[in-house]
Amino acid sequence: MKFKIIGLVFFLAGIIACKKEITQAFTGFSSPDYFPTPVYNFNNNPITEDGFVLGRKLFYDASLSANNTISCGFCHIQTSAFTQHGHSVSHGIFDSLGTRNTPPIMNLAWSPSFMWDGGIADLDLQPIAPITNHVEMGNTMDNVLKTLRNSPVYPQLFQKAFGTPEITTTRLLKALSQFMLMCISNQSKYDSVMRHQATFTETENAGYAIFKKNCSGCHKEPLFTDYSFRNNGLSPNNINDVGRYDITLQDNDRYKFKVPSLRNLYYTAPYMHDGRFLTLDGVIDFYTGQVTDAANLDPLLKQNGHLGFSLSNTERQQLLAFLQTLNDKNFVENKMLSEQ
Amino acid sequence: MKKILFLFSALTLIITSCKKEVAPEYNTSATGQLSIEFDNVVGNQDLQLNTGTYTNASNESFKVTLLKYFVSNFVLTKSDGTTVTIPQDSCYFLIDESIPNSTIPKLKVPEGEYTKLSFVVGVDSLRNTMDISKRTGVLDPAGTAAGMYWSWNSGYIFFKMEGTSPASTQNGNIFQYHIGLFGGYTTPTINNLKTITLDLTARGTAKIKNNKPANIHLLVDVLKVFNGTTNISIAKNAVVMVSPFSANIANNYANMFSHNHTEN
Repeated sequence: MKFKIIGLVFFLAGIIACKKEITQAFTGFSSPDYFPTPVYNFNNNPITEDGFVLGRKLFYDASLSANNTISCGFCHIQTSAFTQHGHSVSHGIFDSLGTRNTPPIMNLAWSPSFMWDGGIADLDLQPIAPITNHVEMGNTMDNVLKTLRNSPVYPQLFQKAFGTPEITTTRLLKALSQFMLMCISNQSKYDSVMRHQATFTETENAGYAIFKKNCSGCHKEPLFTDYSFRNNGLSPNNINDVGRYDITLQDNDRYKFKVPSLRNLYYTAPYMHDGRFLTLDGVIDFYTGQVTDAANLDPLLKQNGHLGFSLSNTERQQLLAFLQTLNDKNFVENKMLSEQ
Repeated sequence: MKKILFLFSALTLIITSCKKEVAPEYNTSATGQLSIEFDNVVGNQDLQLNTGTYTNASNESFKVTLLKYFVSNFVLTKSDGTTVTIPQDSCYFLIDESIPNSTIPKLKVPEGEYTKLSFVVGVDSLRNTMDISKRTGVLDPAGTAAGMYWSWNSGYIFFKMEGTSPASTQNGNIFQYHIGLFGGYTTPTINNLKTITLDLTARGTAKIKNNKPANIHLLVDVLKVFNGTTNISIAKNAVVMVSPFSANIANNYANMFSHNHTEN
């Protein structure tokens, strides 16, 4: 009898394990119905399971860097919502430091531009920047292609994904895009509420109202960014990073940076383009008392001559409670997106 | 009399040969080869990479160690005023002074006499925003275009000249001019694309026949990169890349192309 029970337990465990795998099976890209239309052009790169698997392998492969030490996943760590936890600015090859905080890889199909300054307009072109940056992966694209062509496994994987074993710039970049596009975060409590599968607590609801009053002008639902570039009143940092100006050379764009999404805030500290705030309390302290005036300071942060906005202690706690509903545990633990 | 006869026959010969030149027969459905030679020079000297020493209008001596630029979108005008546009799939070339073959792009054009040549220095904004699959050949950032592409501010570098000069205050006395910017994806920025139009009538039109290629020989005077509407001083501007000042260099190099002769 005892053995039968043990057998049954194993059998059930087996079923559960199988079930878990089934729920994480590849289902392709789909946009939640309360999300806007994706901006990525899927016609030029239809997502397939083989393309995604290849992209994932490339994403976690350190041989894309000059000395086989730094993969994309080195700075974009899944458990930190694909940011580099604890680093104010990115830490790359030969222990070099970049100048900006690693942005998350999440919901990129909806992003019309990439990088804090929006210098890259097409996700397919994005990986060239970190691969060739001498403080990130320090490689050349030519060398990456050579490495992949000489690998015993990649030609086969490219064949599966694209029909022939040929490894080209286009195929490399499209495969990486396929993986990144599948990094969709839409399983937070906020999302459950939007799907009418859960309800906010009273505190969260109060926080939601505060968010709508003070934050949603830039951090637009449901992606929690409107992808615009704004000067939010941060004092210039010690390297005088001028942000968007470097791309447009328009004086009015000085010190403007892209509005980041508020999703997964719990996992993505530190905050701002240079990671200057270690905690969310630090961020709220800034918006409620440290906003610096500038000619092109965003008007939403200077209403009736008042810089930033005010919150009582209770309101602060309510806002923080709402912001915690944007964390997506399933996203940071999704095995499908992990290194295999 | 003999003399007169001789003169007469000589005259006839000349007339006949002239006539031949005036109205050759072109089969417009046939194509021939037109090569365009970008002969890089410095003033009235040939450009010698790494070894030649030259002096600009700011009286600064300099050496050139690297010279590369994109030329694209060739349009040729025939003597009857009609134009021939080289198709998109074969109209991008990277001139690289260190690779002699690269400096003479070859175009396939219909037979005819061509009196005007125009081309773009750089990569047009349309191609600059196209899908990666349309960036092959000289436009492949992993291939020929490596070093001619800004990954952090997606776009091709149109013109790249590097060298050394005692006037430079940079480490190693270097100067670097990397000029690009096609006008921006969403927010407008500087547009440094330059269209060059050269009249060929004064120094020789190109007469292309199926079995008779022609070569348009251009002189590209890189001294004009420094000397122009704004004289560029290496002491003051040793490194120019993505900046408003880049427009001054682009305006200067727009004048560096001249037609020297045509070999028919």
